[in-house]
Amino acid sequence: MPIKKESTDFAPTYEALVIGVSAGGLKALSAIIPSLPSDFPLPIVIVPHRKHETEDYLVSYLNKRSSLTVLSASIGAPIKQGCVYIAPSGYHLLIERDKTFSLSIDGKVNYSIPSIDILFDSAAIAYQETLIGLILTGANNDGSLGLRSINFYHGLSLVQDPKSAEFSVMPQTAISTTHVNYILPLVDISDFLIRLLME
Amino acid sequence: MQHFEITQLLEAIYFRYGYDFRHYARASLERKVINRLRLAKLVNISAMTCKILYEPSFFNLFLKDMSVTVTEMFRDPYVFKKIRTSVCQHLKTYSRVNIWHVGCATGEEAYSMAILLDEEGLLPRTRIYATDYNNHSLELATRGNYKADKMPQYNENYLKSGGKSSLSHYYQQQGNIINFDDSLKKYITFANHNLMKDQVFAQMHLVFCRNVLIYFDATLQNSVLNLLKESLIHRGFLILGDKESLDFSQQREYFENYANKERIYRLCANL
Repeated sequence: MPIKKESTDFAPTYEALVIGVSAGGLKALSAIIPSLPSDFPLPIVIVPHRKHETEDYLVSYLNKRSSLTVLSASIGAPIKQGCVYIAPSGYHLLIERDKTFSLSIDGKVNYSIPSIDILFDSAAIAYQETLIGLILTGANNDGSLGLRSINFYHGLSLVQDPKSAEFSVMPQTAISTTHVNYILPLVDISDFLIRLLME
Repeated sequence: MQHFEITQLLEAIYFRYGYDFRHYARASLERKVINRLRLAKLVNISAMTCKILYEPSFFNLFLKDMSVTVTEMFRDPYVFKKIRTSVCQHLKTYSRVNIWHVGCATGEEAYSMAILLDEEGLLPRTRIYATDYNNHSLELATRGNYKADKMPQYNENYLKSGGKSSLSHYYQQQGNIINFDDSLKKYITFANHNLMKDQVFAQMHLVFCRNVLIYFDATLQNSVLNLLKESLIHRGFLILGDKESLDFSQQREYFENYANKERIYRLCANL
C-alpha cells in the first residue's frame, strides 16, 4: 500500500516517539526497532502490555537486536536521543513536563498496568505538537484515548494497519476513536519513520 | 495555562488545609485532577480551586484521589525472602524490634510482615507501625478484611517468599471475605501520619517505604528520606520499591547497599 503524505504548510520538528503495543507485541516491535539506525533522531518510549516480572526479557531481547540502546525507563532519567525506553512491568510510566520519567502504581487503566493511555496523555502534555504516537497490535482498547490526546495537542498519530496486525482490536479501536494521520502496514513502519525524520 | 492553574490549586490547598502537594510528581497528579474535574463536571481547574477552598467535603474527595490505595501481600516475593533469610538474623539480636510501614494504604504489607515475623519467632518482641494519611485506608487496614478471591495469588507470593505453611492458616473466611487473626493484629498499630508535615515518632529497626517516593519530586524525596534516616536506629534497615533507589539522593552517603536487587539499604556504621 503506497503511503500518501498529508500536505502540511511547514514540517514540524518532532522530539519524541511513543509506542503502545499489546498482544503480538514482541513480533511487531522486532519488525520495527531493530530496523532503525543508531542515529535515529528521536528517543522512543514504549508501553508494552505484559505480566509483572522482575527480569525484563523484552529489554534484553530487543537490545541484542538493535543498534539503538534499549533499556528500562527509570524514574528521573532524562529522555535521550539514541535510546529506546521500555515501561517497566507493574508500573504506569509517565513523562513530566521537564522531559523526565516518573512512575506510578495507581490502579489498572483499561485492565492494564502499564497503560498506554497514561503514557500517551502525559507525553502529549509534555511534548505537545512535537510528539509522534504509534499504536500497534493488541487485543484491547488501551491507547485510543491517549492517541486522541496527542491529536488534541497537534502531534502526529500513527496506527498499524489492522490487516497487518496479529491482533487487530487495538489498532482498529484507535482508528474508530480518533483522527489518524497515517495507517501503515507493519513492514512499512520503520521505513516510514526514517523517511519522515531523516530525509 | 493548565500547569499554572494546577500550581494555583496546590497553593490554595496548602494555604487552606496545610497539605503540601506542591512537591508531588506533576504528571500523575495532573491526571488525577483532570479525572476529578470531569467527574465533578467542573468547567476548569480554577473552578475546582474555588470549590476546594469553600467545600471541605470536596477537598476530602481530592485527598482520597491523591492517596494511592493499590497494594498487595508479599509484593515482590524475593524481597520478603531476603528479609526472612538475611535481615531477620540481625533483627534477632535485639530484644525489642520496631518496624515502620510508611504509606501502608490498606495494610496488606504490614500483615505480610507480621506473618513473616511470626514464622521467624520474632513477632512477640515486635511492634509494627503502619501509617498513611488516608483515614479510610487505615480503617480498612485496622479491620483486616480482604477479598477472598485475591488469596490464591497472595498465597503464591507467600510461598515464593519462603512461607512455611499456608496463608489460610492466618485468617478466617466468611463468604468472599477473609479476616486476619487477632494474633497478628495485636502487634500492628495503624495510625495517621502525613509525610508532608509530621515528624519522627519512634526509633525504628526497619523501615518499609516502597513505591511512595515515586510520587514525589526530588525536593520532597530528599526531605522524606531525611525523615526516614532520622527515624532509624544505628545500623537500621531501609527498604525501597523495586524501581526506587537512593542513587541520586542527598542521603546516599549515609546508607550502604545491603541487598541491591531487593533495594535494601542499611545505615552506615561510621555515622
